[in-house]
Amino acid sequence: MFAFCTDPETLSSLSWMLCYLTTAKHMGLYYAFGTVLLLLAITAPAALAFGFGGAVMARSRIPPIAWIGKGYVSVVRGVPDIAFFLFFVIALDQAFEWLRHQVKCPDWGQPVRQGNDFVVCPEAKLPLGNAPQWVHESYGFSLAVLTFAIVFGAFAANVLYGAMRAVPKAQIETAEAYGMSHRQAFRRVLVPQMWVYALPGLSNLWMVLIKATPLLFLLGVEDIVYWARELGGTKTPQFTAYPHGDWRMWYFLFLLIFYLCFTKVSEVVLERVMKRLTKGQATTGGESQRKAAA
Amino acid sequence: MSCWETVADYAFRSLGYGERLLPRSDFTLCQQVTLIGSGMIWNVYFGFVALISGFFLATAVALGKASRHFWLRKPAEWFVFVFRGSPLFIQFFFAYFLFLSLKGQVPFLGAFTSAWLGAAVVLFFNTAAYSAEIFYGALRSIPKGDVEAADAYGLTGWSRFRRVVWPTMLRLAWPAYTNEAIFLFHATTLVFFSGFPASQQKGDALYYASYFADKTFNPFVPYPILAGYFILVTLTIIGVFGLVNRRLNRHLPQDRKTRMVFRPQVIR
Repeated sequence: MFAFCTDPETLSSLSWMLCYLTTAKHMGLYYAFGTVLLLLAITAPAALAFGFGGAVMARSRIPPIAWIGKGYVSVVRGVPDIAFFLFFVIALDQAFEWLRHQVKCPDWGQPVRQGNDFVVCPEAKLPLGNAPQWVHESYGFSLAVLTFAIVFGAFAANVLYGAMRAVPKAQIETAEAYGMSHRQAFRRVLVPQMWVYALPGLSNLWMVLIKATPLLFLLGVEDIVYWARELGGTKTPQFTAYPHGDWRMWYFLFLLIFYLCFTKVSEVVLERVMKRLTKGQATTGGESQRKAAA
Repeated sequence: MSCWETVADYAFRSLGYGERLLPRSDFTLCQQVTLIGSGMIWNVYFGFVALISGFFLATAVALGKASRHFWLRKPAEWFVFVFRGSPLFIQFFFAYFLFLSLKGQVPFLGAFTSAWLGAAVVLFFNTAAYSAEIFYGALRSIPKGDVEAADAYGLTGWSRFRRVVWPTMLRLAWPAYTNEAIFLFHATTLVFFSGFPASQQKGDALYYASYFADKTFNPFVPYPILAGYFILVTLTIIGVFGLVNRRLNRHLPQDRKTRMVFRPQVIR
């Protein structure tokens, strides 16, 4: 990257380090941090949406819908999340391909499962066999996002379901007394008020989500864990201009510190958000804020 | 090959006994159930060891965090922060490579690079940190009157702690601690995906489940089997912890008992 990096063997230790940390492969590592942040930025709202859907379903007055909602929540939470990650990545891929297979090749004679193989017609492959590399990568990434959203959606559904039940009944009754329909009371009274009850759970969930991002590695995305293993391993002079021993420990120490800082910052920010949200609410937190101001 | 032969061959495969080669083709349901169940031995081992040993460290750390002495409080706070603030997955990786480089200098520490010891140590510290936070919260919500009553009876120091503070702390923390135990058992599945090698394919339940899913390219059989096993483990934990909870609450009047509700909160 820098001009003086052309001949690493002559460099002093500090500039050697500077050159080493700016090689093209290290740029891959730095981009991978972007991948993690992108994943968080997409997954958090998606999981919230799944959670909202799940909570509304679990609250439904039609039993089968309520069963689906409650089943979704309890099954996902009762099983290790990593098992779900490994499961959904293959299962979703096969589900999409199977659906496309049904639509695009209705008169395909052979069965889809042949022994240990899963065979669909070439037009139904996802992504298509001749697609460029970036399509393959972003397809893998979006499968990962969807998987995260499904798993953490169940946790969010649990939090939101509890928050909806925590809104005082009198509020809904008042809304109904004013002549609002169920739907109106839900939209105008319940949803705006539930957030303050949901926030402690949701901020906990956000922390859990941050701490789950290294699992991207297991889903086959080239994330920071992948690069840390790749770059940290012993490098001999035959293959690189920057030979070094086994540095994987230091790379993972760096990741550890990165995550510690990330969770700490989130904690501080969420604390502030909580303070703002409790303002003027009929909760003990809001009451103590009012007293402190008066 | 009948199912009983399969069980005889593979029931203790995860520990290295029985048939050496894993099945390679024509996978039967029986093979999958047996091998994944065999892997559960490791999950139960890790969970059990970490839970029992972590309990004591957690109590100590919680007391340290509640202490008035700076030099007791700060290390406890940092311990909890480091282990709760970073992903377990990264902790496993870091610990594995740390042990690996220590092994180069001190060969005596070689055992730590194998999962049975190294991963157990990481899980021990991790669960100790999470449980310490739970115990610390409980410690702060011990009713003032209980401690004052202990003082009035002339209980001090160790006897006050053992007879009043500690049982009350456990009683208050127990529902949350049950959740922590459940999540700890779930977390044991990470071990063989995070650096620690499964030598001679002696792995845990998820290791075998993903082995089958990769070989058959059909995730719809091995993962539900795994899920079934974990639901069994979860129910067992709830049962055992429920018994302990009954004992911890036995002196309370009926209506004040904290009912054990299975309400797993997200804590990891």
